[in-house]
Amino acid sequence: MTIFGYRLPNMSSLLLWGLLWEFVGQIELTFFLPPLSAIFATLWEIGGTPAFLKALRETAQAFAIGTTSAIVIGVPVGILMGMSRLIDELLLPWVNVFLSAPLTALVPVLMVLFGFGLKAIVITTALFAVWIIVLNTRAGVMQINRSLVEMARSFGASRFDAFTKIYFWAALPEILGGVRIGFIRGVKGVIIGQLLISIVGFGALFEIYASNFLMKHFWAVLLVLFALSFLIAEFLAWLERKVEYYASSRN
Amino acid sequence: MNAMNTENAVTVRNVYKNYKDVEALRDLSIDFPKGQLTSLLGPSGCGKTTLLKIIGGLIPATSGEVLVNGKPITGPGPDRAFVFQDFALLPWASAIRNVAFGLELKGVAKSEREAVAEKYIAAVGLKGFENSYPHELSGGMRQRVGLARALSVNADVLLMDEPFSAVDEQTRRKFQEDLLGLVQNENKTFLFVTHSIEEAVYVSNQVAILLPRPSRVSEIIRPHSFRDKDVDSIRRDPEYLDLVDRIWTSLRSYVE
Repeated sequence: MTIFGYRLPNMSSLLLWGLLWEFVGQIELTFFLPPLSAIFATLWEIGGTPAFLKALRETAQAFAIGTTSAIVIGVPVGILMGMSRLIDELLLPWVNVFLSAPLTALVPVLMVLFGFGLKAIVITTALFAVWIIVLNTRAGVMQINRSLVEMARSFGASRFDAFTKIYFWAALPEILGGVRIGFIRGVKGVIIGQLLISIVGFGALFEIYASNFLMKHFWAVLLVLFALSFLIAEFLAWLERKVEYYASSRN
Repeated sequence: MNAMNTENAVTVRNVYKNYKDVEALRDLSIDFPKGQLTSLLGPSGCGKTTLLKIIGGLIPATSGEVLVNGKPITGPGPDRAFVFQDFALLPWASAIRNVAFGLELKGVAKSEREAVAEKYIAAVGLKGFENSYPHELSGGMRQRVGLARALSVNADVLLMDEPFSAVDEQTRRKFQEDLLGLVQNENKTFLFVTHSIEEAVYVSNQVAILLPRPSRVSEIIRPHSFRDKDVDSIRRDPEYLDLVDRIWTSLRSYVE
């Protein structure tokens, strides 16, 4: 964007909102919103503490396992749905139900089924992330150029060859798009899991800080979380752009 | 030439194809002599691509049979290779991997299949473009990749579905000349679907005219006086001009 002939760097708007935040914080309008500078100071304070690092580790671990399983399950299921009419008819209603379902309401059930440990949190994370990955992969496979499939068949490709050599690659741009949104939903899943199932990780920090009205601490953790998910999303968006060149030349 | 004595690479016998209530092919029979190029020519909707895909084993016939080298087909097979109208290249793979893809599916080792691919990339005139991706190549070059892929699996029969319809006119002429050379040198049988009368007469040993509603082979024309002439004089040959005219006369009433 350019204003008065000056080209503004990316994300200049963040600077503007940051200044506004600082201003509202300084005039002490509400205890809910401390000045941004104070939040960063707090972050600096708690950032290196063992409690914070432990929380970061717990959250990162649950998130990594949860989203990885979401990809490992979601991508093949999505490809199968795109390849086979029968599987699609069977699974699509469920995928759509779970995509829009208030999954948070299911978390108590998961606690009963899988206990209060890491397993239940990982499953919550995967449950938040997996549906959009399935749906996007399916959409990517469905818009595949039919003659690529015919080409593979005419040169003797087995169903498995077609799966790994054609469908996966043809749908890769959509798969990466789905994974990106799935990861963002997974961040929500892991925090909700840690808040509701067992008070560990960042969820525990949120719980402690919010119930003690430590708003500076609360915002500091939220900023870290935002920064992390922003980095992951940007990295995946970068990957998406790397394969985009063939998304446009597929048809 | 006596057709009874010619060995046929492909024989189509009493093939019917119905799509629900629509009759795409009705009782269609035709022979494709070995080592020759046969064009399937007809107005759109006459089922010529359907017939080619049935011979390729990509879609099943409703009834009737297709013999390749005397054996009935049950699906795609290594005796046939397809060249697609829209090239059907893998956009994420380099030219050499695309050309070697048929061999890759057969399980041929990487170094071996790339050696074969390199040979055919050079044969179709794309030497130096081995590592280019399809989006970096022009339409004509992409179809050369598609052609090299079909040649590299060394099938007896090449099935070409309007291979030159998506390239520009000058490239198409060059392709047609190159195709004549291929037919002479490669000892393969070519089945060539086209909607261009000039193209069919120019490249073919025999032209099968297909007419729609219901689809049938209405006529088989075998040009003979100009087939051995050099590529530049064909378009001025009286028989060439006569045949183009005659085919147009029989097709014009089917063109809306």
